[in-house]
Amino acid sequence: MAETVAAPKNVKFIITRQDEPESSPYTEEFELAYRPGMNVISALMEIQRNPVNATGDSTVPVCWESNCLEEVCGACSMVINGKPRQACAALIDNLEQPVRIEPMKTFPVVRDLVIDRSRMFNALKRVKAWIPIDGTYDLGPGPRMAEKKRQWAYELSKCMTCGVCLEACPNVNEKTNFIGPAAISQVRLFNAHPTGEMNADERLEALMEDGGIDGCGNSQNCVRACPKGIPLTTSIAEINKQTTKHMFKRWLGV
Amino acid sequence: MRGFYSRKIHSLLGVIPLAFFFIEHMMTNFAAVEGGASGFTDSVLWLNSLPLVFFLELFGIWLPLLYHGVYGLYIAYQSKPNLNRFNLERNWRYTLQRISGIITFIFIVWHLFQTRVQVAVGNVKHEELGGVMHDIATQPLLLAVYVIGVVAACFHFSNGLWSFLISWGVTVGPRSQKVSSVLCLGLFVIVTSMFLLSLFTFRDNEFQAAASAAQILRSFS
Repeated sequence: MAETVAAPKNVKFIITRQDEPESSPYTEEFELAYRPGMNVISALMEIQRNPVNATGDSTVPVCWESNCLEEVCGACSMVINGKPRQACAALIDNLEQPVRIEPMKTFPVVRDLVIDRSRMFNALKRVKAWIPIDGTYDLGPGPRMAEKKRQWAYELSKCMTCGVCLEACPNVNEKTNFIGPAAISQVRLFNAHPTGEMNADERLEALMEDGGIDGCGNSQNCVRACPKGIPLTTSIAEINKQTTKHMFKRWLGV
Repeated sequence: MRGFYSRKIHSLLGVIPLAFFFIEHMMTNFAAVEGGASGFTDSVLWLNSLPLVFFLELFGIWLPLLYHGVYGLYIAYQSKPNLNRFNLERNWRYTLQRISGIITFIFIVWHLFQTRVQVAVGNVKHEELGGVMHDIATQPLLLAVYVIGVVAACFHFSNGLWSFLISWGVTVGPRSQKVSSVLCLGLFVIVTSMFLLSLFTFRDNEFQAAASAAQILRSFS
């Protein structure tokens, strides 16, 4: 039995490219043959294999970053049809065509779709998003965490520092130094931990510095954009509560 | 001053005293609906008979308004609205909060000039404010500007309360924020209708009469 051969479908891509960090961006169109189950990453891989644009001219392959290919590392975050998201989880079947791909311009563009997300990691360092347990002797086991608390804290730990919430936030831009929702949520996570709690004030004070939690304008785009479904706005409001309490405690000296 | 504290003060002043004064202003105006021209005049005179009224105005209205307004313009300047990409209800409110803030600030400056400043320089007496409002409310263009200004102020007030509750950590979870959204929407409807009712009441001829009566009285004295 001969299978009916469907007419070859093509998928059109409009990709925003940039050759160097300082050079101006431009768009280039690509047309690829449709394959079932293809996603934006597999399309980019195909362009890499055969770097020919829609007009038939050979071009420099498009640069991008990706690692896990299962939406847990955050490396392939880019703006696809106007929405910041992970390219590996963006199935062509679910996308309107032509597929428009841009870098997340909230971050410095290194080349094409590659961005520099250093500020995400600097933010984690700033708020001390870890639990200090190192010492010169064995500190012994720490206090246990209640199971109920562990369950919601686990949701916060799903953050992969992808930067989508910062791209979605209207208050993260070149006119502000707002730290962004991700780091605020991590402060809530580490302040909820029974051992991390011992350094809670340090993290709150980091968020009371310039560019801290006061930068939030309650547009609540972050919680809608987060690919991991992290309750970012709940974290922000909870940290609003914790910093407000801390402010009064510090004033009153208790 | 560090951003955290200046922003907290901005947020606090928006509610204490400004939101309280906003409600007070609404009730004074509504006296026009309930008691007509004389009711409104009595209400204005009572307010201005409060002890240390100058300091009440200075610390309860002018200085907080100046700080909240100027800092608010800075906050609006710092935002980069993205409704084209995130066409969401909360994002609309975020954007409208900033737009309505700018409109309200300009409107209040103008409104203050027409009323309080005129009283201060002696062109108008407190009893004649009903007449001033009558003159404004009977001119279609000025009336339209007032309607826009009033609706912007009411939105900014109601939505500001919603975000105040989040910024001070009162409404934390999505459920409480949803409930407060509904309550603040209800507040917006009530406040807007009361202000607009009063505004349209100023169109009545009795306010004109009150104004001319006051003028006649003044010409006698």
